[in-house]
Amino acid sequence: MEEEKNEVKLMKGNEAIAHAAIRYGVDGYFGYPITPQSEILETLEELMPWETTGMVVLQAESEIAAINMVYGGASTGKAVMTSSSSPGVSLKQEGISYIAAGELPALIVNVMRGGPGLGTIHPSQSDYFQATKGGGHGDYHLIVLAPSTVQEMADFVATGFDLAFKYRTPAMILADGIVGQMMEKVVLPPFRARLTDEQIAQQRPWAVTGRAGSRGHKNVETTLELEDDKMEEINHRLQATYREIEKNETRFETHYTDDAEYLIVAFGSIARICLKAIEDCRETGLKVGLLRPITLWPFPTEAINELAGRVKGILTVEINAGQMVQDVKLAANGQSPVWHYGRMGGNVPNPTEVTEALISHINQSKE
Amino acid sequence: MKEEIIIAGFGGQGVLSMGKILAYAGLLDGLEVSWMPSYGPEQRGGTANVTVILSDDRISSPVLDRYDTAVILNQQSLDRFKSKVKPGGTLIYDPYGIHRLPERTDINIVRVNAMEATFEMKSAKTYNMLLLGALLGVRNLVPIESVMKGLKKTLPERHHHLLDLNREAINRGLSLVKAGD
Repeated sequence: MEEEKNEVKLMKGNEAIAHAAIRYGVDGYFGYPITPQSEILETLEELMPWETTGMVVLQAESEIAAINMVYGGASTGKAVMTSSSSPGVSLKQEGISYIAAGELPALIVNVMRGGPGLGTIHPSQSDYFQATKGGGHGDYHLIVLAPSTVQEMADFVATGFDLAFKYRTPAMILADGIVGQMMEKVVLPPFRARLTDEQIAQQRPWAVTGRAGSRGHKNVETTLELEDDKMEEINHRLQATYREIEKNETRFETHYTDDAEYLIVAFGSIARICLKAIEDCRETGLKVGLLRPITLWPFPTEAINELAGRVKGILTVEINAGQMVQDVKLAANGQSPVWHYGRMGGNVPNPTEVTEALISHINQSKE
Repeated sequence: MKEEIIIAGFGGQGVLSMGKILAYAGLLDGLEVSWMPSYGPEQRGGTANVTVILSDDRISSPVLDRYDTAVILNQQSLDRFKSKVKPGGTLIYDPYGIHRLPERTDINIVRVNAMEATFEMKSAKTYNMLLLGALLGVRNLVPIESVMKGLKKTLPERHHHLLDLNREAINRGLSLVKAGD
């Protein structure tokens, strides 16, 4: 096992996720390779945690098999995860809906690439709708975390699992090819022991263990309920959980918003490109601020609403055709104009492009 | 200090590894670092490039469109990046395979006959370390000792017998630019 110390390491975001998973005490990883996230599975295979922590690492026969292994593992109260990239995550949607319906904790990582279809292997954020609006069938949500640094790739494994277990709902790390492939400094989290079967039985009374636990009967995992009133009740319970998550777990960060006349809203690695653009703007006297949603669901609606009341315009920058911009518009609620700048097909805007897009919208708004 | 660097050439020339070792040396030297590769088909041939940022302060964007320093190893990369070097910046190139030379007068252009030197050393695999030596000869970014430590950290132990050869290549690169070649 690697020595446990707070050594600063240089690694890719994908590698950081693999290391963080072992250190969190994850019981099982089930995945299937796809660029640009294959290093997650590769790193796990290289680190061989089954010989140290006992964590299972399994390359499944497909993405669909992998997500159903996660469903099964989660049912038994284990901390289980999968990872993939956009086309692979589409394949997992049925399983994700079942996991949400089963009120089961799990972590799904999507290192997005450009679509639709097989698309490109290069970075994209075009699965924002899929991640935040359901993706699979039925009224459910995932807790969606959007890392912008390699450090957050590592840290959000624990955040995702902790939230997933707290609310018994699946969480997703929605990353992109940039933060998956880039290397920067990271301090890995400390090792935590995997829970024993006894601890799981005690702490997770809902787990299917094959034994009659504290509830006095053996748990059975199913998402089928043919009595409409009962099914509605389940839906109400899920919705109550989602309201609770919205109330407690909305996360975002802001930069330069105190005196901002214009606001950029961007998530993930794109927020960093925007931050550089904002610093360039400020050198020329244009006061721009940044709001970076860290949770995409729940979305920082209130914070954006408040800022929309005091800026002259909001630009959302996403590498898609305009997805998060819809949530920003709902949040701004007409208080200020909301614009979108996006690139697609695996293209990534550079800071100059972002600055030019902002200035162009500002000029048009003055005409 | 903040240095924004692009290293670009053919896949297989060791462009990404060179960037990685430079970033690692920066990390060991206490700097903030970022390494952003082109990834995908490039790894299997074609062009490859990597953006490396070394900075005293937090690094915002890992993706750039202007660079302080460019290390360019083929014509396609030169055509693509020659206009992206900031005025006053540095462009280092290996003339091997480059026939249309950069025409800018507002940047420092340094020719490094690295491929030729590699042939002389009969060690094609240390091409990138030779270039790293040249880069560090022109731009005093990190101490050579940090590079050697970084190399030791990134090189699997079974290859540690090659450390001396790599040091030799770095020194050769340094001497190429010091001699004004």
